[in-house]
Amino acid sequence: MTETLVEKPTRPPAAPAATRRSGHTPRRPVRRWRRAVTPVALLLLWQAASQTGLLPPEKLSAPSAVAQTGWRLARDGTLGVHLLDSLTRAGIGLAIGGTLALVLGAIAGLLRLGDDLVDPPVQMARMLPHLGLVPLLIIWVGIGESLKITLVALGAFFPIYFNTYAGIRDIDERLVEAARTCGLGQLARIRHVVLPGALPSLFLGLRLALGAAWLSLVVGEQVNAQTGIGFLMMEAREFSQTDVVLLGLLVYALLGLLSDLALRMAERRTLTWRRGLQAV
Amino acid sequence: MATRTPGGLSTATRPVVTAHGVRRAFGETVVLDGVDLAIAPGEVVALLGGSGSGKSTLLRILAGLDPEATGEITRTGSQAVVFQEHRLLPWKRVADNVSLGVPGAGVRQRVAAALAEVGLAERGRAWPAELSGGQAQRVAFARALVREPALMLLDEPFGALDALTRLKMQTLFGRLHAEHGFAALLVTHDVDEALLLADRTLVLDDGRIVEDAPVPLSRPRAPDHPGFGPLRRHLLDRLGVRPDQDGDAGT
Repeated sequence: MTETLVEKPTRPPAAPAATRRSGHTPRRPVRRWRRAVTPVALLLLWQAASQTGLLPPEKLSAPSAVAQTGWRLARDGTLGVHLLDSLTRAGIGLAIGGTLALVLGAIAGLLRLGDDLVDPPVQMARMLPHLGLVPLLIIWVGIGESLKITLVALGAFFPIYFNTYAGIRDIDERLVEAARTCGLGQLARIRHVVLPGALPSLFLGLRLALGAAWLSLVVGEQVNAQTGIGFLMMEAREFSQTDVVLLGLLVYALLGLLSDLALRMAERRTLTWRRGLQAV
Repeated sequence: MATRTPGGLSTATRPVVTAHGVRRAFGETVVLDGVDLAIAPGEVVALLGGSGSGKSTLLRILAGLDPEATGEITRTGSQAVVFQEHRLLPWKRVADNVSLGVPGAGVRQRVAAALAEVGLAERGRAWPAELSGGQAQRVAFARALVREPALMLLDEPFGALDALTRLKMQTLFGRLHAEHGFAALLVTHDVDEALLLADRTLVLDDGRIVEDAPVPLSRPRAPDHPGFGPLRRHLLDRLGVRPDQDGDAGT
């Protein structure tokens, strides 16, 4: 009655589940400091080169100038407004693409029929570079908000789909069987075995999806945006405000970094069981 | 239908499981070719056989895990299975693994009692990854025990353990059986283990049960028990192992 749950994977998973033992051997402080030397030196060099006029400000503004611009735009609220717009786009896109990927990935992973019907077209669509779809998407949905959201959703869809699928397929068949001998019905097996078993893989998919989402957002916001970090950058380019362009880049980088960090924290908290002996 | 043993037997003596004409083939290979079997309440039956003889296949069929098999199976009362690997869910704490799928009130007390019986009363909050192999297998026993089964199906439950742990677990099994009186089908390839624990031994060969003999030894048993040697030799002989031969033993 439930052979759909225990089918062997028919092909290798899209991405191997991350088996990280997050750095629990504390790096000696000396080494830690040493690793900061080059970045700091480069930053100082950059600053010095700007101040001596070696680097023309219209090509590359000084780090201090970028920081000042950031402070100014943050204070007058400009940065906040655009950041919020960018975040909203990313959030909606992720929610749409992620939900769709989760549902379709679960259908393909759990049901043989679903696998046969859903997986082939997804595999084919995966071959299309989704950022290359921009011209077609402009024809379909125009150049407004829907374009940005569609791009983000498309970017987030594939990593989540493949990792959901692989996560479900990689579940140890013997555990499903053991749950069955414990009297668990199909729904209970999904809840107690399949879902938690696929969770590490889901987290991996989500992290990859976040990366893809930011990338899609960067591209999407350069097409006729009226708001958002991308718009800020495009507008600044027209007025040769290199400092604002650099600031936009910095914000994008920080968004990627912070979202990844947050997700890793959530992952560590949810997946305590994976840390085994360290969890006590 | 094979078995409803004829004439007014009370439920107390009705077999907890009967199988009749069980057949299972994997492609062309017939693994089980008409197996008949009945296990009485409280009886420990050891199922011996060489590797690939279909012991585990038969156990899985009795556990209802093999929909492709044919034949008649009648079960009275509940069952629980202990596998060779502990098969605990790594994402559930020990106590939650034990209580998995157990309905009704007072589950927590029953889980605590079962864990105490296998000597792991303190480990309910631990993750399976924190347990040793022997401890994990004890938890698997507690998980079976908490279901108060009429029949325990044991698929080489000590097979993956080191020799010392295995001896301790065999003792534990003897104690649990004495206390709870469940019937058990113990699949094993270890003749000594079968003679130590079982009331009756079955030998599976070529898809059929070729020997069904009681173990006429008083308890507690030990391998240096006087009657042990001849029984051991006889069973090994039935399994095709002869002291004067190596390599593939004769028919």
